[in-house]
Amino acid sequence: MNRKLYTLIVHSENIAGLLNQITAVFTRRQINIESLNVSASSISGVHKYTITAWTTEDEIEKVNKQIEKKIDVIKSNYFTDSDIYQREIALYKLSTPEFVQNPEASKVIRSHDAHIVEVNPTFLTVEKTGADSEITKLYEELSGMGCVLQFVRSGRIAITTSCFERVNEYLCMREEKYRKQKAKKDECTEER
Amino acid sequence: MTKELITGAEALIRSLEYQGVKTIFGYPGGAIMPTFDALYYHSATIRHILVRHEQAAAHAAEGFARSSGKVGVCLVTSGPGATNTLTGIADAMIDSTPIVVIAGQVASAFMGTDAFQEVDLVGVTQPITKWSYQIRKASDIPWAIARAFYIAQSGRPGPVVLDFTRNAQTERFEYEPMRLDFIRGYDPYPTPDMENIQKAADLINQAEKPFLLVGQGVELGNANEELKALIEKADIPCGCTLLGLSALPTNHRLNKGMLGMHGNLGPNVKTNECDVLIAVGMRFDDRVTGRLDTYAKQAKVIHLDIDQSEVGKNVKVDVPIIGDCKETLPMLTELVHQTTHTAWIESFKPYEKKEYEKVIEKEIHPKEGPLNMGEVVNAVSEAANHDAILVTDVGQNQMMSARYFKYSRNRSIITSGGLGTMGYGLPAAIGCTFARPDRKVCVFMGDGGLQMNIQEFGTIMEQRCPVKIIVLDNNYLGNVRQWQAMFFGGRYSFTPLLNPDFIQIADAYGIPAKQVVDRGDLKDAIEEMLAFDGPFLLHVCVKEEGNVLPMTPPGSSVNEMLLEC
Repeated sequence: MNRKLYTLIVHSENIAGLLNQITAVFTRRQINIESLNVSASSISGVHKYTITAWTTEDEIEKVNKQIEKKIDVIKSNYFTDSDIYQREIALYKLSTPEFVQNPEASKVIRSHDAHIVEVNPTFLTVEKTGADSEITKLYEELSGMGCVLQFVRSGRIAITTSCFERVNEYLCMREEKYRKQKAKKDECTEER
Repeated sequence: MTKELITGAEALIRSLEYQGVKTIFGYPGGAIMPTFDALYYHSATIRHILVRHEQAAAHAAEGFARSSGKVGVCLVTSGPGATNTLTGIADAMIDSTPIVVIAGQVASAFMGTDAFQEVDLVGVTQPITKWSYQIRKASDIPWAIARAFYIAQSGRPGPVVLDFTRNAQTERFEYEPMRLDFIRGYDPYPTPDMENIQKAADLINQAEKPFLLVGQGVELGNANEELKALIEKADIPCGCTLLGLSALPTNHRLNKGMLGMHGNLGPNVKTNECDVLIAVGMRFDDRVTGRLDTYAKQAKVIHLDIDQSEVGKNVKVDVPIIGDCKETLPMLTELVHQTTHTAWIESFKPYEKKEYEKVIEKEIHPKEGPLNMGEVVNAVSEAANHDAILVTDVGQNQMMSARYFKYSRNRSIITSGGLGTMGYGLPAAIGCTFARPDRKVCVFMGDGGLQMNIQEFGTIMEQRCPVKIIVLDNNYLGNVRQWQAMFFGGRYSFTPLLNPDFIQIADAYGIPAKQVVDRGDLKDAIEEMLAFDGPFLLHVCVKEEGNVLPMTPPGSSVNEMLLEC
């Protein structure tokens, strides 16, 4: 089976307990969630989940439908890396004495387009935004120099590269369909 | 007009009345007492049926819903009251049954403290409900009830749980009834794709050997007539799933019988011979498909379902038609040609004949030996003019009654299909008697399943529910015993049962009962049971080691059914 890293973007109502329902769909199918980010979206009252998982197209399609079926999920879509612009953020805590002794370290940081955001005599903090592989690469290089004290990375966030906004269009479609149904119903009652 | 200030408990009952609820199955307890107190004053409009165990309340609500198409309602307390309903909720979920379970919950202030009879009901029920919600303040009630009923019965129906905190029951607020028919993220009736309907019609028009699978979706969508119109116009033979058995009358010339593991030979074999397979409101359950990688591989598959997530879940679909089949079936009928498939339909006959000779005749017309399950079912169905509602428990009694009962009207088979819940039958039958007082309700129980909810004799006694209980007693957990005989070297591991005297138990509950051992007594006993105005228990001693046949053994293909074992 052809496994790929898929990114699932889910928009839902901001209701307690929904995250649980969404992750349960993965659990039931024994798919590991690789990363997960939840935050408010640009639409008021709507939350956005960005979930990545290694799986097959067939499985991700089923997962996607199961998630979309949840009453308070508004829209769910899945993407491969070519359909989205995606980023992660990582923080690296480095030992200041080790860092000072190793002149290569600062070159590595610069060459990776990372920034030092805090320095004190004990440690310094480096911040890097980038794709998954870039973040890992910087970690590997720094850790090879033996100066990494702590390392943390965020889940992936992503925006689609296509030109239309699925959620907005979906919501408009829903409202319109409801208006039409309502009008039809009112018409029927009037006739009666 | 000033709005009235009432308690949450009162508002809940009024909201139920506003939804048209007339029957509730329930059991009181600490955390739901304020609501039961409010209910006390509404006995003129709402009939509360006191069950003897909360599991039975959930199954009774299911039986009520399945036989009427209306929402079944349960009212129970927190903690154990709520967890006892879980089996019924899971059953309703997998069989798409609209029920609303309202459970008490400790006051908001105590939540998360492991308070007395506290359980995280929303957490526990999320995976087995369509929607599960905690009402923490009284002002939520009109919205929550309106939403619960809308969700439970729209689209693909299912169970909803409302976890009702004690403080929300006692708080006062300005009550105003509410209707709800729109949730932006939930599209219960997807708009069908006309292009796919045309594609499906083209496939059907070109087909030489079309075959249609009738599922419960046809009943749920009230599309029985629409289905008939399609199959009659395009002359398509059909097989029915267990839950779809009464969607098409048994004696319809195009009804070729039941699908699945213990279904009829013809429809199973022909699934792997047809050129176009049209599935309507069914979900290709593993008990229907048998071995998936050999299932209908030769056919183009058209799948009509209201639930997008069912399409392509188990079987690859060539043309999906997503929508309400009440709407999509006529669209399809419009586009298909009037035609006949006489030779194809005739080709089912040899299989019918073979099954009749090897299995059916022996089962329903045995010359000697102890009574068979099938002959009892056949005799009851005949005596009731094939017009009764069949309720079954789970196991051999279920397969035998589904096979040998005949259906002339819709919503006539009430059985636990997906979950396979033993103990379902008796309480579900109670629910049916309240939903359909106009119809005869016959429930077939095994001696095992009867004892899983036998306390409901109490409810039957109190309510005088006219349930006709036929106990097919073989002194075994028969279905498991059959598997042990066939696949586990005949080791009857904990399947023989030592049973009590069921007649005496019925007697203690004031339920008239009769035992039948001899073939000669069967007919009269059935007549007596059906003629009696009220509940009746018929205890039939059947062949101990009878087997349900034919059978598609686990892991086999639908065209590899065994006719003997």
